[in-house]
Formats: sequence, C-alpha cells, structure tokens
Amino acid sequence: MSHRPVSERRVHPVTSVLRTFFAAVIAVLAIAALAPAVASAQTDDAEVKGRLQARDAEGERVGVAGVEFIATNEAGDEVARGVSDDEGNWSITLPPGTYQVLLDVETLPDGRELRNPEKNPAEVRLIGGDSKSALFPLGEAVASTSSEIEFVQLTVDGLKLGLVIAMCAIGLSLIYGTTGLTNFAHGEAVTFGAVMAYLLNVTGVFGVRIHLLIAAPLVLVISGAAGWAFNRGVWFPMRRRGASLISALVMSIGFSILFRYLILYQFGGRAKRLSDYQLQTAWDLGWFRLLPKDLVIMVVSIVVLLGVGIGLQTTRVGKAMRAVSDNRDLAESSGIDVERVIRWVWVAGTALAGFGGVLFATTESINWEMGFRILLLMFAGVTLGGLGTAYGALFGSIIVGLFIQLSTLVIPTDMKNVGALVMLVVILLVRPQGLLGRKERVG
Amino acid sequence: MDWGGIIENTFRGLIGEQFIYFGLAAIGLNMHFGFTGLLNFGQAVFMAAGAYGLSMAVATLGLNFWWGLLLGIVVFPLILAAIMGVPTLRLRADYLAIVTIAVSEMFRIIARSPSLDRWTGSSDGLTAFAKTFYEFSPYDAQERYFFGLFIGNQMWVITVGWVVLALVVGAVYLMMRSPWGRVLKAIREDEDAARSLGKNAYWFKMQALALGGVFGALGGMLRAIGTQSAQPQNFITDVTFFAWVALILGGAAKVGGPVVGAAILYAILNFTDIFLRNSVADGWMPEWLMTGTQVGQVRFMLIGLALVLLAAFRPQGIFGSKEEMALDDR
Repeated sequence: MSHRPVSERRVHPVTSVLRTFFAAVIAVLAIAALAPAVASAQTDDAEVKGRLQARDAEGERVGVAGVEFIATNEAGDEVARGVSDDEGNWSITLPPGTYQVLLDVETLPDGRELRNPEKNPAEVRLIGGDSKSALFPLGEAVASTSSEIEFVQLTVDGLKLGLVIAMCAIGLSLIYGTTGLTNFAHGEAVTFGAVMAYLLNVTGVFGVRIHLLIAAPLVLVISGAAGWAFNRGVWFPMRRRGASLISALVMSIGFSILFRYLILYQFGGRAKRLSDYQLQTAWDLGWFRLLPKDLVIMVVSIVVLLGVGIGLQTTRVGKAMRAVSDNRDLAESSGIDVERVIRWVWVAGTALAGFGGVLFATTESINWEMGFRILLLMFAGVTLGGLGTAYGALFGSIIVGLFIQLSTLVIPTDMKNVGALVMLVVILLVRPQGLLGRKERVG
Repeated sequence: MDWGGIIENTFRGLIGEQFIYFGLAAIGLNMHFGFTGLLNFGQAVFMAAGAYGLSMAVATLGLNFWWGLLLGIVVFPLILAAIMGVPTLRLRADYLAIVTIAVSEMFRIIARSPSLDRWTGSSDGLTAFAKTFYEFSPYDAQERYFFGLFIGNQMWVITVGWVVLALVVGAVYLMMRSPWGRVLKAIREDEDAARSLGKNAYWFKMQALALGGVFGALGGMLRAIGTQSAQPQNFITDVTFFAWVALILGGAAKVGGPVVGAAILYAILNFTDIFLRNSVADGWMPEWLMTGTQVGQVRFMLIGLALVLLAAFRPQGIFGSKEEMALDDR
C-alpha cells in the first residue's frame, strides 16, 4: 500500500478513517435497529403447511419453489402469506381460527397447473399449537402452447428483467469508471432498497404503513443518502490515503459480506413480500400475458434510464462524470472537481440500485441474498457492455436479461442464471473489452 | 457458562479439522494471491472440486476410492483452473475476481439443481464415499484420543490432515526457493518486466492457479471426508473468504502465514461461537439482541469485518512484511 509523505496529511488518516468507519457502522446498525419488528415471534399460534411438488420431465418428484400461499380469515381479510422454498415446502403461522388458504395461481411456474382448481382455496380450521397440512396437488406438466408464443412471452419477461438489472448496474459501472473500484458491495445496495421498501410498506413507520407509490421515491432518497455516507465514511478517506485498488477491492467484498449478514441478522432468512400490488390479473394480449405492474415497472425503468442518459449527456455534472470516466487526470487538470463528481456518482449509483431493489421486490420476493445474486448478473451485463461505460451497462444488462429468460427454452428454469454467467466467461474470452468498450481499458 | 467447553473448543479450532481444511485452502490462495498476485475469489469451488470429485467418483459413478482421489485432486481442479484462467489471466486483475466469484455461483446453482439430482444429490449432497479412507484408520472408532478431544475417526482425519499440511508447506517452501518460484514473484511485482525477460507470464500464472487450486481441493476433499458428506451448503461463495481472512491475517507471501492465520482465525471463531451460544443458553444475552439462530450468522459478519479492517489497516497481516506486501496494486 503506497503512502504519501506525512506533510500532506492534515488529520492523521488512520484516525480519520477509523472515526468515519465506525460512524458508518453505527449508522448501519442504527438503521438495522429500527426494524426489530421484522423478525416476529409468535407463541400460541398454529401453523398450516404443505409441500408443493410436481413431476419433472423425467417423471421425478421435485419441489416447486416461489409459489405463494395467501391465508384469509372468515371476514375475507388477508391475514398472512407464505412462499414455497426450493424443496416446495411452505408454511404460514396463524392465530387459531378458520381460514381460507389460497394458492396464488399466478406464481406457479409456466406449464404447471392445479389438478383440482375447484379446491383452491382450501379451508382449514386451526386450534392453538396445531400444525395442519393443506394439499394442493399439481397436474402433469402442460405442454407449452406454441413455441412462438413462448418465445414472445420470454422476450417480454427478459426485457423487464434486463431493464431492472440495467438500473442497478449503472452505478456499478460509473463507480468503476470514475474511481477504478470494482464495488462488490453494490449488490447489497439492491437488497438495502428492497428491505427499506419492506420496512416502509409492510412493517410501517410508527405504525403507519406507507403505500408503495410513496415508499418507492422515499427509498430512492434513503439509498442515495446511504451511498453518500458510504463514500464519505469509507471510500473518501481511503482515496485520500492513496489506498491501492486491490485493497479497496478486498474491502468492498468484506463490506458485501458484512452488510449481507447484517441484513440476514435483522431481516431473517425467510423470503418476504411487499403488501401492495401482489395479486393482479394478467392481461392476455394474444402473443403474451402481462401483469399491469410489470408494464408499470418497464415504463418506470425506461423513463429513469432515459433520464440518466439525458442527464449524462446534457447536464454539467453528467458531462463531468463522463469526462472523469474517460480520463481522470485530464478532467482534473481542466478544472473539474473530481471528488465532487465521485460523490455524485456514489449518490446516484446507490440510489438507482436501491430503486432497482424496490422494483425487484414488487415482482419477486425479498430475501437477504437477492442483491448478491443480482450483483453477478450486473457483472455479466456490465462486462458484456464494457466495464466503465454507462451506456454499455445499459445495453449489456438488457441482453443479459433477455438471455436469462430465453435460455429457459433449453435449460431447466432453476439453472437459468447459469446461462448469464457462462456468457460472462465467454465474452471475456472473445471480446474482453465488451461490446461498447475500448481496447485500452483492459490491458 | 461452560468455561471448560469454551477452552476445549478454542483449542480445537487451533489444531482441529476446520483449521486443516481452511489452512490448505489458504495455502492455495497464498500461491494465487501472495506469490503470483492473482485475485481468486472462488477458492470455495476448488474445495468443492475436491469434495465432489471424490464423492461423485465413488457414490455416483461407483469407481473405487483411488480413482476418486485422482478425479478430486487432479482432474476437477485442472478443468476449473482452465475455465477460470484461460479467459481472464491475460486481463487486469479484477476480471479474474469477477469470473472466479461467478464460477462459485454457477457451482451453487448447478449443485443444488434438482434436475441433476442423480449426479450431485442436489441440496442434500452425496454421502457414503469415505469408507475406504476410514478402513485404513489405526485408531479405534470408539476411543477418544489427544486428551479426549477427538474420537477415533476424527483423529484419523486430523492425523492425515496434519501430514498433508506439512507436505504441502514443505513443497511450497521448496517451490518458492526454486527458479520457478522466483518467476512467479517477478510476475507479481512487474509482469511486463518478467515478460521482457522472455518468461511466458500467462503460462506461469496458469500453473500457479492450477497448483493453488489443487491445494484448495485437498482441503475440500478432507472436509468432505471429515463430515462424510459433500453438500453444496459447505462450499458456498462466502466460504472462500474464510480462507482469505486466514491468509491476510497470517500474512500473504509468507510460506507459514496462511497456516498460522487459519489456526488463529478458527480459535477466534470457535471461541466467539461457543461463547455466544453459552450466553444465549444461559440467558445472559437479551433476546432482542441475539437468538440461537442468529449466533451462526455472527461468524460471517466477523469475516466481513475482518476483511475490511485488515485490508484497511494491516494488509500485511501478523507476519507479512510491508516491503513484500501483497495487497498492493499491480
């Protein structure tokens, strides 16, 4: 680690880094402590559970993951939800009483249908401390309707996934471009956004649940503030010390692990869902089916991405960001305040990643590892487009999203992310600078 | 508070199974990072290669134990090294980091996928492949050995583990004194200079990646034998960073660094783990602060925190020298 002469230092940098670092940790802990209600513990409750299984192509029984179960009480109000895990197990904890348990057919994987649709929802009567099973047998896998229709459907799904990955990945690419840091903790910004949305939307603040439409912009602001704090508390002091990029890289992976497990510690290991816009009927548009919320997500992400593009192209700070990405020294010597640009990149990048997390949370469930999984897809997208280029990140991410969804035509759905990661390896083999990158970036 | 148990477990961490598995993995990482400057964030997959090489050979393919050793120590790690190394070793250091971490995620997805259940046993993993290993055990399976710390089968794993560890440390020591080792260090310090002297840097890096991977595979295989199961859960991405902390703690680019680092790390981890468990069980720990399930998550937070603090404040670890410091830019 290279050190600058002592005379350059104003405060002893180690003290300053320590101070800001612990301030950051305390801030994270304080945010985490706001959410004690998330991990709830019931005592005298009963449980309804089951195991959702289906036969795969070879006729073996496999669990069906990610299917949602909704319990409503006698008044018809929704009380609780559960999601099936990788083995198909699901359970819902409820106070004693009589409930209707509904399997949300929309969440069944493509080609799976209930054998007895008339027995959904199922009625269960629970007494305290009870554990009852509710069975939802699935029929044989339905042969897909037609390959063109499936192709169009997967393309639409892939476009949606790609747009959201792109929103998360722009920050990763810009941070790399301006500071040279490959930030492995960027995935946790996505999880952070999703968890914050859960806190506002489901747990509520001082007992008031905030509607998702208000919560989403709030999360954007909170994430941006977190990005500012992360830069100010950790990365700014590290840059001032002249820390090497390799040690910064190792620090970022350390932060990734630390934040991920702090979220697990506080949020719990179970997947959770937001309360708004969960049950929607899909529009049948002939060639494909689309949930209203998916349309909204696609429109919102296109608007945000266009906004980012216009901002980079026309505003002063946007131009400065591109200048610093292109050539930091030249930018600095032509009078651009590089630290200020980097601050903006951290704020905007983290805010976009957090907002992407909210969009993921709207369509899928929230869990503590989601950001890390998405991080690898972001890497695939960013590398494909060209590391360090904002438009490359956008372009590459959309291709990755499409590729992930379309690859399910050939490989099992539970392995679809492997396709994106294989693509990451292949692109480095044939065109390491990415589709839009310039050759000298890689060297 | 069971202080006897706490001391016993701490001591176990210092010399026991976990120390051996992760000591070997960290020696492999030292080969990659300490001596050659390669950022491998996927050492867990090399460990998995050892574990799954043996268990798939025996439990899935029905081959004998010795073929399993060949598959797990040589074939699988070499294939992995080729997958990770060929695309990235010509590129800047962080591409290898990205690809290795991506390969760990691929391993997790593939190993857990129910569609490959008959090959990998999906999330339950594979069992019943270590019988031949324990048949050679000179210890009585019912007895306790070494001040009553280990039962017979554990003692056998530990004995073999220590011998393997000693051989590997000796081999690394000799290799690093050889001309071959000096080329690796030259590549770490200045790849262009090494190339201008006519050394094929790409090929040397490839060899270092493969060799360090083999050491990692040895650790993973011993882990599978010790737990008598090969499960995806034991080789997730985060496992890599236990080896990283062991390496940086002990001091990268020192032959003995990772071994000492692993011993200290597991003594600390075992101590906090059992101490917190005792505190929760005795009701010392208020329930809002920590419950039984949360104790298991603390060690991962410690690993993350240790990486951050070591990288920021003491990148040379306990024994490393600042001049040969390995966390530097290259």
